[in-house]
Amino acid sequence: MAAIHESPGAAPEKKGFLGWLNKRLPVDEFVKTQLTGYYAPKNFNIWYFFGSLALLVLVMQLVTGIFLTMFYKPGELTSFDSVEYIMREVDSGWLIRYLHSTGASAFFIVVYLHMFRALLYGSYKPPRELLWIFGMLVYLALMAEAFMGYVLPWGNMSFWGAQVIVNLFGTIPVIGPPLVEWIRGDYGIADATLNRFFALHVVAIPLGLLLLVVLHLVALRQTGSNNPDGIEIKKNLGPDGHPVDGIPFHPYYTVKDIFGVGVFFILFTIVVFFVPTFGGLFLEGPNFDPANPMSTPEHIAPVWYFTPYYAILRAVPDQRMGALLMGLAVVLFLFLPWLDRSPVKSMRYRGPISKLMLTLFVIAFISLGYLGLEPPSGLYTVLARIFAVVYFAFFLLMPIYSRASFDKTKPVPERVLFNAH
Amino acid sequence: MADNVVVADEAVDLSRRKFLTNATIATGAVGAVFVAVPFVESWTPSERARALGAPTELDITKIDPGQMTIVTWRRQPIYVVRRTPEMVGHLQGHDGDLKDPTSQDSKQPDYAKNVQRSRTAEYLVLIGTCTHLGCLPKQRFEAASAEMGPTWPGGYFCPCHGSRFDLAGRVFKGSPASVNLVVPPYEYPNEKTLRVGADEKGAV
Repeated sequence: MAAIHESPGAAPEKKGFLGWLNKRLPVDEFVKTQLTGYYAPKNFNIWYFFGSLALLVLVMQLVTGIFLTMFYKPGELTSFDSVEYIMREVDSGWLIRYLHSTGASAFFIVVYLHMFRALLYGSYKPPRELLWIFGMLVYLALMAEAFMGYVLPWGNMSFWGAQVIVNLFGTIPVIGPPLVEWIRGDYGIADATLNRFFALHVVAIPLGLLLLVVLHLVALRQTGSNNPDGIEIKKNLGPDGHPVDGIPFHPYYTVKDIFGVGVFFILFTIVVFFVPTFGGLFLEGPNFDPANPMSTPEHIAPVWYFTPYYAILRAVPDQRMGALLMGLAVVLFLFLPWLDRSPVKSMRYRGPISKLMLTLFVIAFISLGYLGLEPPSGLYTVLARIFAVVYFAFFLLMPIYSRASFDKTKPVPERVLFNAH
Repeated sequence: MADNVVVADEAVDLSRRKFLTNATIATGAVGAVFVAVPFVESWTPSERARALGAPTELDITKIDPGQMTIVTWRRQPIYVVRRTPEMVGHLQGHDGDLKDPTSQDSKQPDYAKNVQRSRTAEYLVLIGTCTHLGCLPKQRFEAASAEMGPTWPGGYFCPCHGSRFDLAGRVFKGSPASVNLVVPPYEYPNEKTLRVGADEKGAV
């Protein structure tokens, strides 16, 4: 009878094992649609390295994480000691652990740069709203993953970080206090809390993260990549049916990305080998002491990637409002596609006000990140309030200042700007 | 032969089909909610955690005047301060600087809903976790100290987010914490003993 399904109009049928395989698994079809036949804009620049780097770090975290679970023992009495065991007695354990802990910070560095790229070139604007939302959900899952991972070594900063973050849920009216008790599974941060965070960190959230990354990539394949000029290359197709401003992802961008991977690994391994704690930024000093519920560290600060939000939390003189604004600061990113009313995508063709606001936002974000690391004091609190206002103004005033009637845009060219090397 | 062939052109009752589909979905959803119950329940404090949360006792005569000792109850540090008459005097005169001077919006048993926030003026019993986000406020009992400024009446300072409290655990304006430190239920079964976690109403 009829043979197993063959794709119509396909290349001459392969013989041998590959032929056998392709009748049963769409290998060639996948490579064609996802890599060699997937056309990406030809004018990608340095900002387009960070998506593939994020994927690389994700894989690295999964591999090092799996190996860490082989030696780590979750539990109030065992966690801290088992991490020290990994560091001192497991052969190469120190390396696997530092790859994982440095990988966490590297993840946020590439993700923040990846997100900035989207702000710079308007990659969140239609038709890529859902792509952006999946990306933001990846970011939220990553925050949960990083927070719970930081609790696992059960150092004193693990404990007090968990205390502060879990208590944020206590500010929710009515259901707050019982909710906090439910999350902790005890009357304080305890063994029960540590064990459930372990389960979430190694099983539940990674599964969700992988699903979201797949959705992010599928949505990307549907709309195609944006580019530094913010032009839809699919609107200008050549006689072969491919975008005239596009080039196949493989080999052109796989080669480019591999170069980026090389540069990334040079920087990454320098940190892993020579400054794994990064002066207390990647691993904080108090976390080298075991958790002590009776002693708060002199100064509690989260790891650097949470400090912009933490600074906003601290700057507000009302706890419920502080927690609310902190949450809002994260969630507002999700609404960018609808806050931005500019007719053009890329900053290249926007007016000076949009450029100024983005610059101010970046300054505010970095400054808040610095202030969140420092102890609260009079001057710093005032500065944190000013930068928090700038932070929110960037989002909430966007429907006004991004309009072309307010901020005059430049004409967008028909073709992408590209100088052949 | 034709007996078991479904008659194709028989009219399909679409509204009936839609009703059955929706009824199946609704029943499934209700079932899913019930199935979720044991999983959600598993996260509440276990029997063991609840048993370990029983009341705890302390010999208060061993605390020197002006000193604080810490006991744990339900994994929380309980601050027990033996206030001197001078310290009690420092509770007056700064009501205007407090967010909730009469503890209207704060959590404490009725017998502690007074200026000194305690059963007796001498002993103060507080849950020693900041009502902001749960750090341990540090003791800054010395009034008008160089660190806390000339108007400081003595009290607590939270190192995490800078909340300040007086010697009755009442929060100062300008702190991120919105309410006073929580007073746990407690009683004195005899003159020497403080029992935290139980009072006239029984154990919590």
